[in-house]
Amino acid sequence: MKYLDEFRDPELAQRLLDQIRRVTTRHWAIMEVCGGQTHSIIRNGIDQLLPPDIELIHGPGCPVCVTPLEIIDKALAIAARPDVIFCSFGDMLRVPGSRKDLFRVKSEVGDVRVVYSPLDAVKLAQQNPDRQVVFFGIGFETTAPANAMAVYQAARLGLKNFSMLVSHVLVPPAISAIMESPTNRVQGFLAAGHVCSVMGTEEYQPLVEKYRVPIVVTGFEPLDVLEGIRRVILQLEQGRAELDNAYERAVRPEGNVAAKQMLADVFTVTDRAWRGIGVIPRSGWRLSDRYAEFDAERRFDVSNIQTAESTLCRSGEVLQGRLKPNQCPAFGKECTPRTPLGATMVSSEGACAAYYQYGRFIPTGAIGVA
Amino acid sequence: MTEPIDFSGWVCPAPLRDYPAIVMGHGAGGKLSAELIEHLFLPAFGGQRGPLTDAALLEISGARLAISTDSFVVRPLFFPGGNIGELAVNGTINDIAMMGAQPVALTASFILEEGMPLDQLGLIAESMGRAARQAGVTLIAGDTKVVDRGHGDGVFITTTGFGMAPAGVSIGPEQARPGDAIIVSGPIGLHGVAILSVREGIEFGAPVVSDTAALHGLVSAMLSSGARIHTLRDPTRGGVAAALNEIAADAKIGIEISERAVPVPPAVQAACELLGMDPLHIANEGKLIAFVDRADADRLLAVMRDHPLGREAALIGYATADHPGVVVARTGIGGMRVVDTLVGEQLPRIC
Repeated sequence: MKYLDEFRDPELAQRLLDQIRRVTTRHWAIMEVCGGQTHSIIRNGIDQLLPPDIELIHGPGCPVCVTPLEIIDKALAIAARPDVIFCSFGDMLRVPGSRKDLFRVKSEVGDVRVVYSPLDAVKLAQQNPDRQVVFFGIGFETTAPANAMAVYQAARLGLKNFSMLVSHVLVPPAISAIMESPTNRVQGFLAAGHVCSVMGTEEYQPLVEKYRVPIVVTGFEPLDVLEGIRRVILQLEQGRAELDNAYERAVRPEGNVAAKQMLADVFTVTDRAWRGIGVIPRSGWRLSDRYAEFDAERRFDVSNIQTAESTLCRSGEVLQGRLKPNQCPAFGKECTPRTPLGATMVSSEGACAAYYQYGRFIPTGAIGVA
Repeated sequence: MTEPIDFSGWVCPAPLRDYPAIVMGHGAGGKLSAELIEHLFLPAFGGQRGPLTDAALLEISGARLAISTDSFVVRPLFFPGGNIGELAVNGTINDIAMMGAQPVALTASFILEEGMPLDQLGLIAESMGRAARQAGVTLIAGDTKVVDRGHGDGVFITTTGFGMAPAGVSIGPEQARPGDAIIVSGPIGLHGVAILSVREGIEFGAPVVSDTAALHGLVSAMLSSGARIHTLRDPTRGGVAAALNEIAADAKIGIEISERAVPVPPAVQAACELLGMDPLHIANEGKLIAFVDRADADRLLAVMRDHPLGREAALIGYATADHPGVVVARTGIGGMRVVDTLVGEQLPRIC
């Protein structure tokens, strides 16, 4: 397919791998921040093609995983209301709250619908004036512009039956939190290309300088990921720490100016809880005061939510590369792909599932994941 | 930062699996479906967990009867390339054909929703008649029930098929063996993407048309080639990935396919790229997967490519004695990945 095959060329991939092998002289730990890049790495088997000295640590950039339990429980409470049509991106439906997920609410009472764009939810609100339409607005800077546009459109149309449950998270504060963590092992970052295509690259320069850590803006196709890794390794081997853009075909230093203006209008920076991590200061967006009437948390009384998180699984340590999947006491015993305790064991993209399945026939050392 | 955060307590949310009520995923042909059969139906019916084939073989005074039953719920009822009627005929014929049997007759049972327009039902019935005639099977019995408006999706159809399995033909998922070549009869993912495109109003360049077709003619040609065919499977719900995983589990073999060898039409590829889906998980209604003795693979491929439904047949991989129960794919850039069965429905990813 045009514009894709060019970035999946096996010969060019081999050439990049050869270059990476040639310059790598010691162990390096690199974090790909974004879940989309983790997906690409496992989907294409990139982790096993890299020299064993390069360790990829999967970052907290999966919006589904980090959306706080309290917000999920609020979503479940709102979705269960008979007057509500609750709209969400598909993969949020299987994320568990304290006791249920959206699939279960849908099977019981709720009118829960998968949409492909938040603007579809605005359309639904126009078509159903007697129902309250709520969109689950989550994700990083990537999904935020379309969500902002939906709120902006709803305001322009004067819709009184549209609202958004907002739990946006931001990448730069997460990078800070990781670098400030006493257990941090990350020596270089692949920054998320699509986030930077919206926000630009400027906000990463202070991080590079403060933490003396290479950050390379990286795309998602196999050649993009390999080129990002190659540039991080080159910097590390040469003792440099710079901001670099390996995704120039999509990312400009200033980002998408129009999108940023809309984001600044509709959202405002706020402290945000990350599921499993805790509150990271100024790490998220909420609706700005000007659009407060579209805030689903205000429109529906969901302030009295009691949450209860499971504490069985140690996938957090796996995600930071502090624990190899097969070092977890539950690995392969209580926790298998059929009976997963954590997200990392759930899909074939997860580090634990990859370990579990590949571990049956590939020596553990040959797998590059965490 | 005000104070450092210790990441060591990170807990990732684990999706729920122990639903107290039916969710849509129980019908998606993935792990939830399998668990429903294994934990609820089999114990209640007194059945044993064995290879769960598309059809059952019944020996009655020397004759080998293949029987299969299948319910069809499709929204929309009419889609590019077909409607629920021909799907109900072709789907059950294919389940019979995958046992190496020749389909003979079908029964059809209809659950109709109050308000279903008769002209639409007429079109569906005509399609069923036409599909059955083309396939050379007779519709021999049927039933209709009507439910209140709002209690059905227009029409649900259940068809039961009967076929004769020739003596000496022993084809089933447990028959696949290490070394077998794995062939797919043509481009994958067309039915699932055709349904998705009309249901969600998404267009992917050229319109995608369902591949619904009765495969017993192709199977006949394949059997008469003399190639040693061990397993046939039509990769419907759950796609090629679910079919291969079931075969790997039932035959206790490993499977290795090459992603580059799997024929994926550009429109299906585009839809999957856009929605974050995997073509290997998308449903087909007119394709089959064959496991054949490696020495006979070329001969079988040649015969398949001579048949209209197998023109683009392709060798996609091999069975192996390594990693029994696990399906892996050699990726486009030469890496390896596990090809898993989905837990429930395939969902568009956010990122």
